Amino acid sequence: MSGPTRTWAIIIAVIIVLLGVRMSIGGGMGRAYSQRLEQKAEVPANSQTNTPARTITWTEWHAVQPKIYFAAQRADPQQTQVAFSWSDTIGLWIGAFFTLAVFSFLYRDNAGYRLAEAVIIGVSAAYWGVIGFWDTLMPKLFGALVPSFVQAHVMPSLPNPSTATVIAMTFALVLGVLLLMRLAPKGGWISLWPMAFIIGVTAGLKIVSHIEGDLVAQTVATFKPLISPQRIEGVVEIWPTVWASLANTLVVVGVLCCLTYFFFSVDHKGVVGRAARTGIMYLMITFGAAFGFTVMGRVALLAARIEFLFDDWLWLIDPAGKRTIEVAASAVSMLCWW
Amino acid sequence: MRRMVPMWIAIIAGFAMLLSAFFPMTESLGETFGDVFNVVAAIAFILGAGSLAKVNLAKVSRRDPGWGFAVVTLICFTITIVVGLGKFGVPQNPQFAALPWSGEKEAEGGAFAWIYAYALVPITATMFALLAFYVASAAFRAFRAKNLEAILLLSTAFIILLGRTFAGVVLTGWLPDWASGLRLENLSVYIMQVFNTAGNRAIIIGIALGVSATSLRILLGIDRSWMGSGD
Repeated sequence: MSGPTRTWAIIIAVIIVLLGVRMSIGGGMGRAYSQRLEQKAEVPANSQTNTPARTITWTEWHAVQPKIYFAAQRADPQQTQVAFSWSDTIGLWIGAFFTLAVFSFLYRDNAGYRLAEAVIIGVSAAYWGVIGFWDTLMPKLFGALVPSFVQAHVMPSLPNPSTATVIAMTFALVLGVLLLMRLAPKGGWISLWPMAFIIGVTAGLKIVSHIEGDLVAQTVATFKPLISPQRIEGVVEIWPTVWASLANTLVVVGVLCCLTYFFFSVDHKGVVGRAARTGIMYLMITFGAAFGFTVMGRVALLAARIEFLFDDWLWLIDPAGKRTIEVAASAVSMLCWW
Repeated sequence: MRRMVPMWIAIIAGFAMLLSAFFPMTESLGETFGDVFNVVAAIAFILGAGSLAKVNLAKVSRRDPGWGFAVVTLICFTITIVVGLGKFGVPQNPQFAALPWSGEKEAEGGAFAWIYAYALVPITATMFALLAFYVASAAFRAFRAKNLEAILLLSTAFIILLGRTFAGVVLTGWLPDWASGLRLENLSVYIMQVFNTAGNRAIIIGIALGVSATSLRILLGIDRSWMGSGD
């Protein structure tokens, strides 16, 4: 069996085993439900467009937990208020497929993983484009240059722009068009102008924010009393005072030693060398803590994905009580039997 | 000309932002430049989209290996852009129900929210979850407690990992009250509050100094590497 065939065989086998276990238990799986909400809004008359006052109604569907559907069906089997959701169910299965496709990379690179990769590249590029359009371009750029259109179709509460805003946004539009020149076969050099604007503004912002928010704030926070009396009902407690003072001293010494290690204008010899070495120790502890937290964060994400597969998709576990107790109990008893 | 104009644009824009932080009368100028910056940055997404299309279309037209995935990328990109910009399936905003596009773009029930929930979230979350295996694997291969620095790094990671889980509480829960500071959960808090704070603080101060120095070099026209080498 060739490599890709074996990979696909393993992925399909895993899916078949999961589905087989699920089907042997019974009680359903991978279904999503939603609740119907009838909405109504009164629209006042508009003298400019000669539109009379009217009432607009529409239907919204909101996702609900399966137990809401089960309860509604038990109360009235003919009800249509809570119903099976095709769109969310298809989405659930697509999400499960993508999750398994990405996990398949643990075995080796394969077409399933590359498909998920291709999807995420296209979707995420477009996602951030859409966010940029609706959150920035629509209210700021179009809101300044074509305010009547934006007010009539998107944001009626948008205030009319001042002349200065219109000039600034025209300038922004010109810079934006120049930026797009980078894609043109000739004259791409002119895209350096808007790039210069972006770099200049970023540099100006970063100087202020880093000095104010990081350099000054962190330096001030380091000035701690090396002897820090801890009082309980007005009386100084010895051991808490010792621990608090030691902690403060260790922080101050640590910051100074680490900064000494970062200071390369002086040879790390003698006292400076010993301070730099102590700084390295502190940094190793910091990196160890960062590593521990990174691993914990990833494992938490892994647990969330496994919970998605076994809870939302396969209905094998029910830690949040999304379904009936009976389904969870049958799943647990069947798993024990297996 | 090709290098002087961009350099002066960067200098003027940068100093305008700097001045707005110090002089109240120039505050509005800083805000305006900030708005222009945001708009140009948003237009840069169009540039990104164009670049993505250009690269993938070239791949498809040349029939490069894996060109089918380029087609998938282009299709997914187009669908997401169309449903996102058109606000397909988005329920009306009750306040402005008569307006066609007044609804929230990411509202539940819309096609854009569906793509976010069932394509973007599962794939990105699983990709990050994969790193749990690779970090563990890399640590197992690379970490060797062969000197004091490595021992410190390893033992800290071990304490932090165990101290934040129930296993840590069980493992050292038997320690008497007078030695409670040595319990893993307390030890991990102490490490975070003292050693980690000191190390991170020095790193943050170092970064702040580095960023400020680099930004100042750009604003003074000393560093022009961002313009590239070609004329």
